Amino acid sequence: MGLLTSLKDSISRVTDGLFAADEPKRIGIYGPPNAGKTTLANRIARDWTGDAVGPESHIPHETRRARRKENVEIERNGRKVTIDIVDTPGVTTKVDYKEFLDHDMDKEDAVRRSREATEGVAEAMHWLREDVDGVIYVLDSTTDPFTQVNTMLIGIIESQDLPALILANKTDLADSDVQQIANAFPQHETIPLSALEGENMDEVYTKIAEYFG
Amino acid sequence: MPGATPDVDEGDDPNDGVRIDMISGARMEGLTGMEKIRLILDGVRDGNIVILEEGLSPDEESKLIEVTMTEISPDDFTGIEIETYPKPASGNQSFLDKLMGRESTQKLTVIGPANRIETLHKDENLISTLVSRK
Repeated sequence: MGLLTSLKDSISRVTDGLFAADEPKRIGIYGPPNAGKTTLANRIARDWTGDAVGPESHIPHETRRARRKENVEIERNGRKVTIDIVDTPGVTTKVDYKEFLDHDMDKEDAVRRSREATEGVAEAMHWLREDVDGVIYVLDSTTDPFTQVNTMLIGIIESQDLPALILANKTDLADSDVQQIANAFPQHETIPLSALEGENMDEVYTKIAEYFG
Repeated sequence: MPGATPDVDEGDDPNDGVRIDMISGARMEGLTGMEKIRLILDGVRDGNIVILEEGLSPDEESKLIEVTMTEISPDDFTGIEIETYPKPASGNQSFLDKLMGRESTQKLTVIGPANRIETLHKDENLISTLVSRK
């Protein structure tokens, strides 16, 4: 009886493994607010499915709920990689509704936006601990990457042993400094891109296939 | 509870200055992750600066961000400012630690209310912050 149970368990583990290998990997797009995460998610989704993931905006915390685009098939060097893209709200340790008042919002709208933003960040942290198989970490290459949020998030990703691809976004801007990002996280490969202009997306897709395939 | 915010002399007027709680690694050692987060957030929500001798693990940091977000409320609490020394490029874990999955969390950490603490400069050897009164 024990032998049969053990045999059944072994077969179950093997079949589970086979099916798991076919399931799309959930890849979370993480980073601080306004790094261009949704622009990247939309770029990837449009390039491979024709649809967008969500609205983009220069106002911080435009994305306040994690949004998933399922079954994005990326073909690279004759190989197909299927991923679910999870576009997450920008991670921060503070949200003050007064910041939104500068963007032509009344107090009621600003308070609502800040409340939704805090819920979104909490949700993003939960996804990171429980529900993603890999991370694309997006940074704005025109800003200082040595922030506590970046340090903590990269540390959290590393502690979970998740494969992580660091993207230095906004290379179309004059004050972009990709090397600064490479210096901040030398233990990871840094890939430059402009998600807005679609610059260097070929390399991004090659790396996505390599890291998450 | 051993992790509760330490008692202070109620005669002290908090408006006279900024209270700093320096919490030793030994005090944090016996606490669960949630007790540590509660200890930090209770102090910070009272307007104090909390300095941890040995910091938090990545998992605890993740939960600290999550719990902080759930406690933010307009005109009351806008969140936290947190600073640690950045990890050196070579990493601070030995090969054996990495192999055994042991995380080195010994990093001095400064946490304060977002509306009262501002980081002026940070590098691998120095954290310089400006703390304002209430």
